[in-house]
Amino acid sequence: MSNQLRNILLFGFVGLLIVLEGTTTMGGLFGGSWNTALGILNMGLISAILALGVNMQWGYAGLFNVGVVGFVALGGLAPVLIATPPVAAVWTAGGAFRILFALAFGAAVIGAAIFLNKRMRGKARALAMLALLIAGFFLFRAIFDPAVTLVEGYQPATHSNIGGLGLPVLLAWPVGGLFAAGAAWIIGKTALGLRSDYLAIATLGIAEIIIAVMKNEDWLARGVKNVIGIPRPVPYEVDLQQSAGFVEFAERFGSDPVTASTVVVKLLYALLFVAVLAIIMWAAQLALNSPWGRMMRAIRDNETAAEAMGKNVTRRHLQIFIIGSAICGLAGAMIVTLDSQLTPGTYNPLRFTFLVWVMVIVGGSGNNWGAILGGFLIWFLWIKVEPWGNQLMQLVTYGMADGALKRHLLDSAAHMRLLTMGLVLLLVLRFSPRGLIPEK
Amino acid sequence: MDLLNALVTLLNFVVIPAASYGAQLALGALGVTLIYGILRFSNFAHGDTMAFGTAMVILFTWWLQGMGVHLGPLPTALLALPFGIAVTAALVLFTDRAVYRFYRRQKAAPVILVIVSMGVMFIMNGVTRFIIGVEEIRFEDGERFVITAGEFKKMTGLAEGLAFRSTQAITIVTAIIVVAALFWFLNRTRTGKSMRAFSDNEDLALLSGINPERVVAVTWIIAAGLATIAGTLYGLDKAFKAFNYFQLLLPIFASAIVGGLGSPLGAIAGGFLVAFSEVGFTYAWKKVATYVLPDSLAPDSLLQLMSTDYKFAVSFAILIIVLLFKPTGLFQGKSV
Repeated sequence: MSNQLRNILLFGFVGLLIVLEGTTTMGGLFGGSWNTALGILNMGLISAILALGVNMQWGYAGLFNVGVVGFVALGGLAPVLIATPPVAAVWTAGGAFRILFALAFGAAVIGAAIFLNKRMRGKARALAMLALLIAGFFLFRAIFDPAVTLVEGYQPATHSNIGGLGLPVLLAWPVGGLFAAGAAWIIGKTALGLRSDYLAIATLGIAEIIIAVMKNEDWLARGVKNVIGIPRPVPYEVDLQQSAGFVEFAERFGSDPVTASTVVVKLLYALLFVAVLAIIMWAAQLALNSPWGRMMRAIRDNETAAEAMGKNVTRRHLQIFIIGSAICGLAGAMIVTLDSQLTPGTYNPLRFTFLVWVMVIVGGSGNNWGAILGGFLIWFLWIKVEPWGNQLMQLVTYGMADGALKRHLLDSAAHMRLLTMGLVLLLVLRFSPRGLIPEK
Repeated sequence: MDLLNALVTLLNFVVIPAASYGAQLALGALGVTLIYGILRFSNFAHGDTMAFGTAMVILFTWWLQGMGVHLGPLPTALLALPFGIAVTAALVLFTDRAVYRFYRRQKAAPVILVIVSMGVMFIMNGVTRFIIGVEEIRFEDGERFVITAGEFKKMTGLAEGLAFRSTQAITIVTAIIVVAALFWFLNRTRTGKSMRAFSDNEDLALLSGINPERVVAVTWIIAAGLATIAGTLYGLDKAFKAFNYFQLLLPIFASAIVGGLGSPLGAIAGGFLVAFSEVGFTYAWKKVATYVLPDSLAPDSLLQLMSTDYKFAVSFAILIIVLLFKPTGLFQGKSV
């Protein structure tokens, strides 16, 4: 069997899984509803984009990023800041401007500290930097705190934040990528060029901090109070159900307007996501097969040799780290648009960072098609393992008497996901380290 | 001005909590640093090893309590510790056999081992949740306080109380005993010396006839012991919740790196440095300042540098500063 055929069969298998989910229940193995099937497909498309981003960092360049969840969360901020309407009251009252001024001031202080670090030497440098940073911090808080109190005090039940710009939500996708790229630049500047584990730990840290900021800074995106009703790029189900033309259209397919409207909305999302995935995939393949891609792989395979050839390894690493993170940010913005809500409490590193890693490694690190396949397959498993685990447990405990043990076993089926994913990762790493679709 | 009251407040809210937290971090960081020194990779599964060990200790504690065994004023968990350590050590030895040994023989790159440890982390996390669930569990029993705030006030006649919880006392005492035992082991026994030799120069150690598999096994057992003790102490002090242990990874790694990866002394110093900075930056200093400063200068604000939600940011900031200015850490650890 040629490789080409094998890959097509693998993708066909994943497609078949999704079709089965949509059409049959097969004794409870599948959902039998197009709604859940398309839901899986949509998140599968986004997962594929995420996996492409991480595959660039790991597969092309061998960079170990454990902070994917942070970049995803940061990207998710973009739809709120771009697409929601501005909260006019806090802008006219000056609170929002003052926050922006305080942030600019904070950035200026850090800039000045970096300048001092470059220009001065010895003890004087340490003293000057310490004085600057301490004074800067207290001044920053003096400007920042009253403004935050003002903004967060405005209608806490519905607003308490600065709102967004009221622009089309599709614009938020590239902006989400930009946000993530900015964070990646900061991390890359400090941790790249040191030993490989340090980048892992630094990214782990920045992810924790980004999520802590998003949970606690209510003025930004309402923190754990969540932002709901973010504008959507597709029509609302309710509007479709009320339009006469759509009802007629649904009847022609013999389905009721409610189901038809949810399916159509999900399909429209899927089209948008496919378009984004296609563009990124096209660009990624182009980059991988260009001289630049060859240089990246040369650096990954032997840094010393590449450096001897005059390649600037740290700079190239920084470049690809930023690009990969930007793609993660873009995917984060897409997730928030799909849900049309931002819930910072749901950004769990196990779900966003480590699951994406499983996708990349199972799919085949270094191969973009592999990353996409892994994204779909692992996402499907992640969704289905829980109901399957439940059924398995029902079967195991079928003959048991009702009691504490049976209840415990039934409850713990929910944790089968992590176990399965860990097992899949270890098995693939051990027996097929190049993944399902290996690098050429 | 009232320096005595200020001192008591400081002890009560900063020094004692930070010292016990620091001891827990130091024990965790020692495990990470030992694994790094001998096996040469950052073990991401360490937080979940701690969680698993603590879960085992909780199970044994319940079993002992069910049999009516109590330690009087001390928590029963201390009695359950050896059992918990034994089970955890068995698990990590099995993991090493089933997972890590293959990559060690292949001489795989450290980053591959880190990814493998991520897979182990997933499984351990799942197993822990499977066994004990995700809810918060409190398992301390025995005497709650060595000295309560009320007793202290009555005893000294000061306005400020000093509460010293027994879990904090136990944490600090246990940590001192464990660290002393570990250093005695590393510096005085034959096995400990062979471990240090292996860490310093693997090839030379192999040439001089040290059995690598034995060194690795001993390292895993010690790491499991340290993880279980650290996890149990943290659980006694706060509460057990599987996810919290995963989040402890960051301060633990920060401690180990600040001290210098591979240096046990550095891990301890790093642990206390991270703990004291976290508490210091997130504590509201108003009360202390009011006692120390004259009335005219008494502050209006809370004097809190950062909200407690950002305590991770403190360990992260320390980590970044060390990475930027002294990548090998304070005690000259390894840097490859």
